[in-house]
Amino acid sequence: MRAPLSWIRRYVPVPQDQGGRDVAARLVAAGLEVETVEVLGSEVTGPLVVGRVRSVEELTEFTKPIRYCRVAVGAGNGEVLDGTTTDERGIVCGASNFAAGDLVVVALPGAVLAGGFAIASRQTYGRVSDGMITSERELGLGEDHSGIIVLPAGTAEPGDSGYPLLGLGDAVLDIAVTPDRGYALSIRGIAREVATAYGLPFEDPALVDPESLLGQPSGEPPHACSIADPSAADRFVLRTIAGLDPTAPSPQWMRRALVACGMRPVSLAVDVTNYVMLELGQPLHAFDRAKLRGPLTVRRAAPGEVLETLDHTRRPLDPDDVVIADPHGPLAVAGIMGGLDSEIDDDSHAVVIEAVHFAAHAIARGSRRHKLSSEASRRFERGVDPQLPAIASARAAALLVALGGATYVGTDRVDAVPPTEPVTIPADLPGRIAGMPIPVDRVSAHLAAVGADVQVQDAALVVTPPSWRPDLRDPFDLVEEVVRLEGYDSLPSTLPQARPGFGLTTDQRLRRRVGRALAGAGLVEVLSYPFTGSAELDALGVPADDPRRALVRLANPLSDEAPQLRTTLLPGLVAAARRNLSRGATDLALAEVGLVFRGAGVGESADPPRPPVTRRPSDVEVAALEAQLPAQPRHVAGLLTGERDRGGWWGPGRRADWSDAIGVVSGLAEELGVAIDVAPAVHMPWHPGRCAAISVAGAVIGHAGELHPRVVEALDLPARTVAFEVDLDALLAHVPAAAPAPVISTMPVAKEDLAVVVGAEVPAERVRAALLRGGGALLESVRLFDTYEGAQVGEGRRSLAFALRLRAPDRTLSTAEVAEVRAAALAAAQAECGAVLRA
Amino acid sequence: MSAPNKTYDPVAVSALSDDAVAAAREAALAAITAAADLEALKAVRLEHAGDRSPLALANREIGALPPAAKAEAGKRVGQARAAVKRALEEREVVLAHLRDERVLVEEAVDVTVPVDRRPRGARHPLTTLMERIEDVFLAMGYEIAEGPEVETEWHNFDALNIAPDHPARTMQDTFFVGSPEGGVVLRTHTSPVQVRSMLDRPLPIYVACPGRVYRTDELDATHTPVFHQVEGIVVDEGITMGDLKGTLDHFAAAMFGAGIVTRLRPSYFPFTEPSAEVDLQCFVCRGASVGDPDHPCRTCSSEGWIEWGGCGMVNPRVLTACGIDTTRYTGFAFGMGIERTLMFRHGITDMRDMVEGDVRFTLAFGMES
Repeated sequence: MRAPLSWIRRYVPVPQDQGGRDVAARLVAAGLEVETVEVLGSEVTGPLVVGRVRSVEELTEFTKPIRYCRVAVGAGNGEVLDGTTTDERGIVCGASNFAAGDLVVVALPGAVLAGGFAIASRQTYGRVSDGMITSERELGLGEDHSGIIVLPAGTAEPGDSGYPLLGLGDAVLDIAVTPDRGYALSIRGIAREVATAYGLPFEDPALVDPESLLGQPSGEPPHACSIADPSAADRFVLRTIAGLDPTAPSPQWMRRALVACGMRPVSLAVDVTNYVMLELGQPLHAFDRAKLRGPLTVRRAAPGEVLETLDHTRRPLDPDDVVIADPHGPLAVAGIMGGLDSEIDDDSHAVVIEAVHFAAHAIARGSRRHKLSSEASRRFERGVDPQLPAIASARAAALLVALGGATYVGTDRVDAVPPTEPVTIPADLPGRIAGMPIPVDRVSAHLAAVGADVQVQDAALVVTPPSWRPDLRDPFDLVEEVVRLEGYDSLPSTLPQARPGFGLTTDQRLRRRVGRALAGAGLVEVLSYPFTGSAELDALGVPADDPRRALVRLANPLSDEAPQLRTTLLPGLVAAARRNLSRGATDLALAEVGLVFRGAGVGESADPPRPPVTRRPSDVEVAALEAQLPAQPRHVAGLLTGERDRGGWWGPGRRADWSDAIGVVSGLAEELGVAIDVAPAVHMPWHPGRCAAISVAGAVIGHAGELHPRVVEALDLPARTVAFEVDLDALLAHVPAAAPAPVISTMPVAKEDLAVVVGAEVPAERVRAALLRGGGALLESVRLFDTYEGAQVGEGRRSLAFALRLRAPDRTLSTAEVAEVRAAALAAAQAECGAVLRA
Repeated sequence: MSAPNKTYDPVAVSALSDDAVAAAREAALAAITAAADLEALKAVRLEHAGDRSPLALANREIGALPPAAKAEAGKRVGQARAAVKRALEEREVVLAHLRDERVLVEEAVDVTVPVDRRPRGARHPLTTLMERIEDVFLAMGYEIAEGPEVETEWHNFDALNIAPDHPARTMQDTFFVGSPEGGVVLRTHTSPVQVRSMLDRPLPIYVACPGRVYRTDELDATHTPVFHQVEGIVVDEGITMGDLKGTLDHFAAAMFGAGIVTRLRPSYFPFTEPSAEVDLQCFVCRGASVGDPDHPCRTCSSEGWIEWGGCGMVNPRVLTACGIDTTRYTGFAFGMGIERTLMFRHGITDMRDMVEGDVRFTLAFGMES
């Protein structure tokens, strides 16, 4: 809401030394968010006068229309002829929205316009142009550059200063109005806050007897109105006037006010409805009575009804839409936008002015449904003073009578506004909530300043909120009014004493540890958007029946390519990798920890559970709510490409390979104290021969290895890119609560090497596990240190060399014991994997 | 070698003459001094103190001397050999030291060559900033709560006093999951975690909830559809707005330095009443740049204050929806944008830097932010 300070001053005697910024600071402290303070035409200096166009000569030899005008600019402001200063100048002008006799605004040589544009006498288009006929934009009044400013006839005389006439120098406060403060979408509401903030009297422009503005009705029957749906509106006032001169111009003061508020003057009838809406906050609509085919009513739209609105859009109406209709059909989407067919035009002599108090939620729903936010809907959905329809419609009708030569025909009305219910609060409630004592007389005074009626009853206050504050309905709403007027700056700064807490949960602590471990392992964390599309899964080669295809769908995605939520973190990592590669990176190790979402059909219910909010939901209701949500496990994933160990003066580097991907996962597991099993697996998007399934306690929780060459090619990644992805929640679930301490033997270790030959397809880990099992308690560890395939071991066979460490807790092992353990280990490997001792 | 002289036979033994012994001794000492390194000294030792050295040979001749002469010659040769031995020891110490010195010099390397065999990793600054914020509240006795990112409309809106037709629902441009009427959304704020905390936890509640939230904004320099917030909620007996102010002041001081305070401005949120915007005192200029065009402050645009978040007293309607006795309990809640905090804290001017995953950005923050 743009509010010119000059307009506010009409209702509040703000001291002259208080400028726009001073007033803005007071309003901010009172809770109105003033976004900008703009001084109209602040850049304009020098002579700016009213001119009357005496003659227009069209210069036709140019590619665009150019006019040479003789303009009367007031005695002493004109050209110097024979040593005498005349009252006329010649001005070249590119606009054509004016004619001889029109009043215009002329910047004389020496003036500087918006943007530092200095006006001087100059030769142009073969003539001397001795000034400039100005548009709104050139004066910094608005963006309108479609033509020059033409003042209504009789507004001023040539030579009069243009500054006061156009409101130059006036400060305009632009206020972002929160949804609870509908009343602040009017000069009336803002001026009231200014008066309260300064402790000055407020002259309420709505505090009038509406009928006294209009005088006697003509006696002819006024247009009739009714409310067919009481849930849509509770007050309808319809004023009828006749004999309007549709060509009567809006006066300059009204046009100036509209422009300052960011609206464009259109015609008298439209300008008046807009002006009164800005002044009081009541949206009005003017219909051409000649286009109406019967009484107006407020009703819901009938199925199949369609209305073409003023923005030239044909809108199919929903049975929930509220409309203003005559017996032949809807004329306006009520409270949002009027229809094209009943619009005021240059031939509208009889006009009806509609002022309705609509139900806020009905307008809000309609506005959302039609994705149409208008000056009217923004006010109605925030709540309009129900007392205003009579006043605002009378004010508008009176202005049309006064400015457009119309006569007042009469009024029809429906009134069903319920009385405002009082709210009772303990007198000390505001102070208790604020945390500082606020005496009851101050509480009463603040509430009275808001416009409420306050009755003191013992220790309680019975408060009847003013009609323009439908947002004040709870005790705490009143508390806010009191505390904000007391001033948030006066709040004390105290600290509540929390009970001793338990710190981070185990999972939270472990997740931090995972994050640090990944970074410690050389991976850089990325935080990707979770939006995805099935094309990304196609690129990864994810099969159709894979659980990763159970995508959660968005109703309103930002992009048609990514209308779903991720079930895997890999696409985000791929995108980040490609972005880094395109920016010149060659060696990358990226990691992400984040939620994935799994569940088809989420949010598709036609009748989702919506427990009431007037009480705590039951456990059953909570369970029904939770059942709406998809599984949202937290995953950890990583992607590595390029050198894992850099080359340098120490020697060549080493490129990341499948083992690095598995290594990061096993490193994480070790960090967390979780025993994982690694087994070969075939799982897209991984290379079928270079993919490990990671499992814990028999359940697969992720995969790691080299990406499938086809995937690498499809995603345009460097060859041999490797990756891992693990369900972190599942991994953390197996972190032991307290790891048992190992028994440390101080006895000497016996080291034995053991090379066995197995089938090439036998995983090394299986052999290692068999050796360890077979070796028994004395076999401390078994580690693979070499592999060999070749002629010496035969086709399809592989040699695996293990380093064995043997130790007893209480003695030095004898040679015989060592040999026995070694033999037992070998026997187990033989039995389980067909291993034979390498010759 | 001469045979031992059983009888006195004053045959002059030239090797034992004064001159000869002195000459051998001097030659030995000169050679020792001249030995440049331990290798040379080893040769000198062999030549001048070895079994075949002149003094060793001379020593053997003593036996051939008449008894009367033995003592004198023995003394002379013994002294000479001792002197040589001592000189050798001393020289060895010196040369060993010199060798050690030389080895250290020879082993010197250029320590400025790169040593980055393993590329460095880093955590995202948003992650570490959230952890830092968590730590501030943990130190105050709070617990850290989390909730789902795909959330029910009931938790995200209804329970927070945002009725289906409330204009506040259009304030937050919501991603709807499934169909717009399906009752499931991507949470638009971390406030549903408040609701979950109040439903799940015993009173009193002191909880902070950092997390990821979603709004339908296209990514540009100042907007991102996916961002992070931290929310705090306290519900206890006798909680006041002063407590809210004090908590925010403490938070500000913990994050931005002792003495940094907050300012509250009246505002509107459906889930708090009274509501306020939170401004942070500029931690760079502390307000000194206000009205001082010669020393402008880029962090606060010379306003002295930085918009930080929203807050207020928990609306009793919200407490009611969570089954909390509003006659006994009051509460406050506040929320801040993590991205915004990171931006003004580190002078980040483009939101995209935080979401694109460029490793150069993240590496600049290391393990802490």
